[in-house]
Amino acid sequence: MTSSKSFVKFDKVDKSYDGKVLVVKDLNLDINEGEFITMLGPSGSGKTTCLMMLAGFETPTNGEIYLDSKPISRIPPHKRGIGMVFQNYALFPHLTVYENLAFPLKVRKLSKNDIDKKVDKALSMVSLSGFEKRMPNQLSGGQQQRVAVARSLVFDPQLVLMDEPLGALDKNLRESMQYEIKHIHENIGVTVVYVTHDQSEALTMSSRIAVFNDGKVQQLSTPDKLYEEPVNSFVAEFIGENNTFAGEVTDISGGKCKVKLDTGGEIISNPISVKSKGEKTKVSLRPERAIIDPEDKMDNKYKGKIEEIIYHGDHARVRLNLLGNKEFILKIPNSSARMDIKRGNEIKVGWNSHDARALDPKSI
Amino acid sequence: MSSETQQILTTDGIPLEVSLKKVERRNKFKAFLLVAPLLFFLLIVYISPIIGMLFNSVDDRMVTNALPKTFVAMEKWDGKELPSEEVFEAFYIDFQKLIEEEKEGKLSTQLNYEKNGFKSIIKKLRRKSKSFEEGNYKEQIMAVHERWSDVEYWRAIKRRAPSYSYSKYLKGVDMYQNQEGKFVQVEEDRRIYKKLWVRTLKIAFYVTLFCFLMAYPIAHLLATLPMKYSNLLMICVLLPFWTSLLVRTASWMILLQQQGVVNDFLVWIGLVADDERLVMMYNETGTYIAMTQILLPFMVLPLYSVMKTISPSLVRAGKSLGGTPFTTFWKVYFPLTIPGIGAGSLLVFILAIGYYITPELVGGASGTLISNMIAYHMKYTLDWSFASAMGLMLLAGVLAIYWVYNKLVGIDNIKLG
Repeated sequence: MTSSKSFVKFDKVDKSYDGKVLVVKDLNLDINEGEFITMLGPSGSGKTTCLMMLAGFETPTNGEIYLDSKPISRIPPHKRGIGMVFQNYALFPHLTVYENLAFPLKVRKLSKNDIDKKVDKALSMVSLSGFEKRMPNQLSGGQQQRVAVARSLVFDPQLVLMDEPLGALDKNLRESMQYEIKHIHENIGVTVVYVTHDQSEALTMSSRIAVFNDGKVQQLSTPDKLYEEPVNSFVAEFIGENNTFAGEVTDISGGKCKVKLDTGGEIISNPISVKSKGEKTKVSLRPERAIIDPEDKMDNKYKGKIEEIIYHGDHARVRLNLLGNKEFILKIPNSSARMDIKRGNEIKVGWNSHDARALDPKSI
Repeated sequence: MSSETQQILTTDGIPLEVSLKKVERRNKFKAFLLVAPLLFFLLIVYISPIIGMLFNSVDDRMVTNALPKTFVAMEKWDGKELPSEEVFEAFYIDFQKLIEEEKEGKLSTQLNYEKNGFKSIIKKLRRKSKSFEEGNYKEQIMAVHERWSDVEYWRAIKRRAPSYSYSKYLKGVDMYQNQEGKFVQVEEDRRIYKKLWVRTLKIAFYVTLFCFLMAYPIAHLLATLPMKYSNLLMICVLLPFWTSLLVRTASWMILLQQQGVVNDFLVWIGLVADDERLVMMYNETGTYIAMTQILLPFMVLPLYSVMKTISPSLVRAGKSLGGTPFTTFWKVYFPLTIPGIGAGSLLVFILAIGYYITPELVGGASGTLISNMIAYHMKYTLDWSFASAMGLMLLAGVLAIYWVYNKLVGIDNIKLG
C-alpha cells in the first residue's frame, strides 16, 4: 500500500443541479488506497452528492474524478466496479439472500461453483451463514444491513461506498455494526468512503474524516486531530460539545492572545485563526478541558454560578453562568459526592489557555 | 406438560377468551353496522340479479305449464314417427285453453326460439281451430299446415317438456341435445356464437396486450418524473376518464372514418391514395383502436401505483453491482412491477371481455363482441333466458380467468393502488 499515490481523486469538482446553486464547490479530495474515509456533515452539505458522483449516478458539472488515476466521469456506474451500500439497504425484495449476493457475480458471468464459494465467504464474513434461503423481509434490520454489506463486497471491489448505512438502526445495533464494519474493513483492506451525519460514528470508524459544510470540505484529518484541533468554528461546533466565547483580540504575543469578551471579562487563549489585534474571534473550549478548583499553573481561572445540573448517569453536566456566558457547560464525573455542586452555588473553574482555541468569528 | 393447555383466567376468574370476546363483541357489532348498508345494497343490486339471471336462464316452466296434457300424453311417444291421436287431442285441448287465456302468442314465441316456423303455423291453427269438429284431431290439425305433419316440429315441442333445462347454455356454444340425448353441434352455417366467443376472447387479449405495451412506459415516466411534470402527465392520463364514454367513442368515429381526420392526413402526406382510403371503422381495427385508448387508464393506474413504491435505490443498487441497464431492468425492476401488471391486465381483460358501447358503435359486423349479442337478444328477440344464459357464461368465464390468475400469480399479489 502506497500512501503517496491517491486512489480516488476529486479534482476541482463543482456540482449544480439547477444551474443556480452550487451544491459542491471546488472540491479537491485525495483518498488513499485502503483508507476508511468518512464524509461528515449536516444534511444538504453536499456529502451524499459527492458519493453519488463517485458512484456514477450524478455527473460533475465541472472538474474530474479519478479512480486509480483514470478519469471516470464518462464511465457508466455498472462499469465502475464500485461496491455500494445504500441508506435503506436496497436489497432486492423479490430475491433470496443468496440470489441478492449472487446478482453481481452472475452479471459477471462467474461459474456456479465460484458463485457458491464467494457467497459463502461473504456471508460468513458478516456471520450470516445459513441465511441463504431467507427473503430480505424475513430478516431483522441489522441482518438486512449485514446482507447489504456482504453484497457490496462479494464481487471483491477495490472501493466500497456507504451512504448512511446505519441510519435506520437503533442505537445499540448501530454501535455494534460500527465495530463490525470497521473490522471487515481492517480484515480485507478495501478502501471505504462512508457518508454519515453522525459524528460519533465518524469518530469511531474512520481513518480520516472530511467535514463538509456548504458544499466545501471544511477540514480533512484524522478523528483525534479533528476533535482536538478543529481549524474553524464550524468544525469545532459540529464535532463534539463546545463552549464558545465571542470577543475581540486585544493582545497577541508568545503563542497566546488576550480576548476581550462581548459579554465582559477577558480570557487568555490559543490564537489559531487570528493574526492581529482588533480581530473578531470566537473562542472554543471543550467542556472536559475545564475543571473545577483549578490548579495554580492554569492561566485561566474564573468563578461561575451554577444555573442547572443535568444528571447523565456516569457524569453530570453543570450549566454555569461564567463571564456572562450562561450556556457554559462543565462535565463532572460521578465519583465523589461534592456538596458544593448545587444550583445557585458559586464554584471556581479553570483551564489552560492552550485548550481555548481562538477561531474565526463565523457562526453556523 | 400435559397435552391440554391450561385455561388462562382473567384476574376476576373469567376465562380469558370469554372475556376477550365480550369486549370485542360490541366493536364487531359497530363495525358490522358500518358496512351493513353497503352489504344490503350489494345484496339487492348485485347478488339478487345474478341469482335471478341464473334462474331465468334455466327456467322453462312457461311452456311446461301451457301444455300440461300434451306433455303427459307425449310421455309414451318414442319420437320416431308422428305422435298418436291421443297427443293431438291433448294438444288441441291445451291449445283451446290457451286461446281462452290469450296466451297462445307467448307459446308461439317460445316454440319459435326452439325451431323457426312455429309462429305462423300457430297463428293459422288459432284461426282454423274455431271450426274444428269433435274427434280425429290429428287429421284436422295436420290439414291446417303441412308443418304440423312434420315430426321435427313435434320433437321440438317435446324438447320443451321439462320445467328446467340447460338448452340455452348449449345454444350459447352452438350445440343442442338431439333425439338420442347426445350433444351435437348445429349445422356449420348456423354456428355464430362460438365464433363470437373466440373473437371476444381474442379482442380482449389483444386489447390487454396493447394496453400493457403502451401503459408500461407511461406509468414508469409518471412514477419517476419530478412532481410538477408527473402531475401534468397524470391529468393527461385521467382526462379521458372525465369525458363521457360515448363522446370518446364518437370522436374516434370522426377520426377513423374513411373521410375522417386520419385518412385525410394519410392522403395529404401521400402515404395512401385517395381512392384507397383505409377502412379503420366498422371492423376489428376500429374496435382495437378505440378500446385500447378507452381502457388504457385502467392499466396505467395500477402500474403507476406499484412503480411508485419501488425505491429508485434498488435500480441504482443493481447498476452499482455491475448490472447493465437492461439486466437491472429485467432482473430487478420488472419482477417488482408484476403485481401491477397482474392487476392492470386482469382489470382491462375483464372490462374488455364484457365491453358493449364501443364495439357497438365502431365495431361493425366483424368487430362486435358477445355482449353486443346479449344486448341483441334482450332488445330484439326478447329471448331473455338465452341472454341470461350467455351473461352467466360470460361471468363464469371471468371467474375462471380470476381463478387461473390466482393459481399463476396469486391474488394477494394484486395491487390496485
